[in-house]
Amino acid sequence: MKVPYYPGCTLKTKAANFETSALAVAERLGIELVELPRWNCCGTVYSLADDDLIHHVAAVRNLIRVQEMNAQGLVDDEYRLVTLCSMCFNTLKQANVRMSENPEDLEKINDLMYLEDDYEGRVEVKHLLELVDELGFDKVEEQVKNPLEGLRIAPYYGCMLLRPTEVGIDDPEDPQIQTRMLEALGAEKIENPYRKVCCGSYQTVQDKKVVSNLAYDILTHARNAGADAISLSCPLCAFNLDSRQREIKEDHPSFREIPVFYFTQLMAMAFGLSEDYCGFDLNYIDPEPLLSAKGIIGGSNGE
Amino acid sequence: MASSEESATKKLDLQKVMDRIAEASKQVVSGVEAGTVENWVTIYIMGRAYQVPADLTILTAMEYAGYKFVRGVGCRQGFCGACATLYRKEGEYKLQAGMACQTRVEDGMYLVQIPFTPAEKPSYDIAELDYDVNTLFEYYPELARCVSCNTCTKACPQDLEVMDYVQAGIKGDFGDLAEESFDCIQCGLCAIRCPSEIVQYNVAQLGRRLYGRYDSPEPEHLTNRLEEIDEGKFEQALDEITSLGREELEKMYAEREREQE
Repeated sequence: MKVPYYPGCTLKTKAANFETSALAVAERLGIELVELPRWNCCGTVYSLADDDLIHHVAAVRNLIRVQEMNAQGLVDDEYRLVTLCSMCFNTLKQANVRMSENPEDLEKINDLMYLEDDYEGRVEVKHLLELVDELGFDKVEEQVKNPLEGLRIAPYYGCMLLRPTEVGIDDPEDPQIQTRMLEALGAEKIENPYRKVCCGSYQTVQDKKVVSNLAYDILTHARNAGADAISLSCPLCAFNLDSRQREIKEDHPSFREIPVFYFTQLMAMAFGLSEDYCGFDLNYIDPEPLLSAKGIIGGSNGE
Repeated sequence: MASSEESATKKLDLQKVMDRIAEASKQVVSGVEAGTVENWVTIYIMGRAYQVPADLTILTAMEYAGYKFVRGVGCRQGFCGACATLYRKEGEYKLQAGMACQTRVEDGMYLVQIPFTPAEKPSYDIAELDYDVNTLFEYYPELARCVSCNTCTKACPQDLEVMDYVQAGIKGDFGDLAEESFDCIQCGLCAIRCPSEIVQYNVAQLGRRLYGRYDSPEPEHLTNRLEEIDEGKFEQALDEITSLGREELEKMYAEREREQE
């Protein structure tokens, strides 16, 4: 199954490990993620202002590229656009919803982009988690060669996968999609209410403290609930929950660091893929001691 | 059959056009006999009307009208990027951009030359920089404001995909950035038109320098040539040239070795 794939800027730089692990596990599931040609930044944040159409141009331009992929035969009548980064997912999908509900907005944007074909509104923005859910988590289970037994993982969603409800991939109050993933991978899931609390997002640029305080709450609640690690799908959440542990440690010397995984890294481990796909060198808190202690790496399972 | 004939005609026309452009590119401040000119157009230079021969470029037309350029003109062949120009055609709202030496005047054109773009151009030591996307953002943080409106691409007289190379920079893809911006002539028109106030052409130059310094293989012939220069291989020849008078230099230039076309 060939599906158009939108990486986003961060997956090409700071979160390259999210991409390498995702492409590898998707392939195992029979999904070929075909990178969108000439994609541009998604716009990063969906603009909520009524009259700020210019900030939706970036998103719509990417949706037009999906039409081009079909026209060029890179994919076959496939208008689902898969994203990995939760921010990109949210921005692209909200813009797509707005275009379908406001033909006048779309007309203005199409006019501005007169060098491109008009956007026809056919694209469906999907997060990889949704695509896997549609495929069935039993298919994930079939690929598991190295179950994550004994690994207690707290799924974390943040905002962008769940809100607003028109674009959310799961119940915003009681999301379960990552839980089903963790079950399929053989991990022990640790639910806690902080899985939906905002990580502080771009405040991390302006004021580290705002973020490290939020991250401290999120991480200590997960730890107190028994988690060994966090699973998530957003490079910005990952930065705030993983790298900001440096600031947390400065403020709370007794804080016990906790590894933060992209869900695709956990999938790659469980599928028995080489650690090369996981790129743990880009994780701030090294997860390898935990994985070794649990016997998940260090055996002869890696390919 | 018809199509090959068509393309032959097209080729012929193109040659004609090229010849006319080359002809029109000559300096014509003097030497144009008004009586021999068949077609005239009216252009507006900074709002004032002038009658000029129809086959001139914007640059030569302005010279014909009496303007003398000491800045904002260079090679006259579309390579150097010095003669950036903004114009509007009669009856249109759109401001267009181009190189004055490569754009023919049209009747009712409103013109202004952009002699210089006072754009941000930081100093850096390329050997001290990290080969990392953050280096681009450090020197040009406004890069992050790109809204992908593509205004830069529309302004580019080189027909580069300017927005695409800006986006390649944002993704940290230095190879694409270098490749796609390679033909940039640094006229500055993209930066003048950008609503996000990005200095595309200087960003690209930093990107190409980083790519050249840290990624592309070191060319052997360049290394060898630099050694030869250091060893003084060309000093004697240079001394000879600098001692020549104007006439001798002109003769030498006319008889210089040329690459075969």
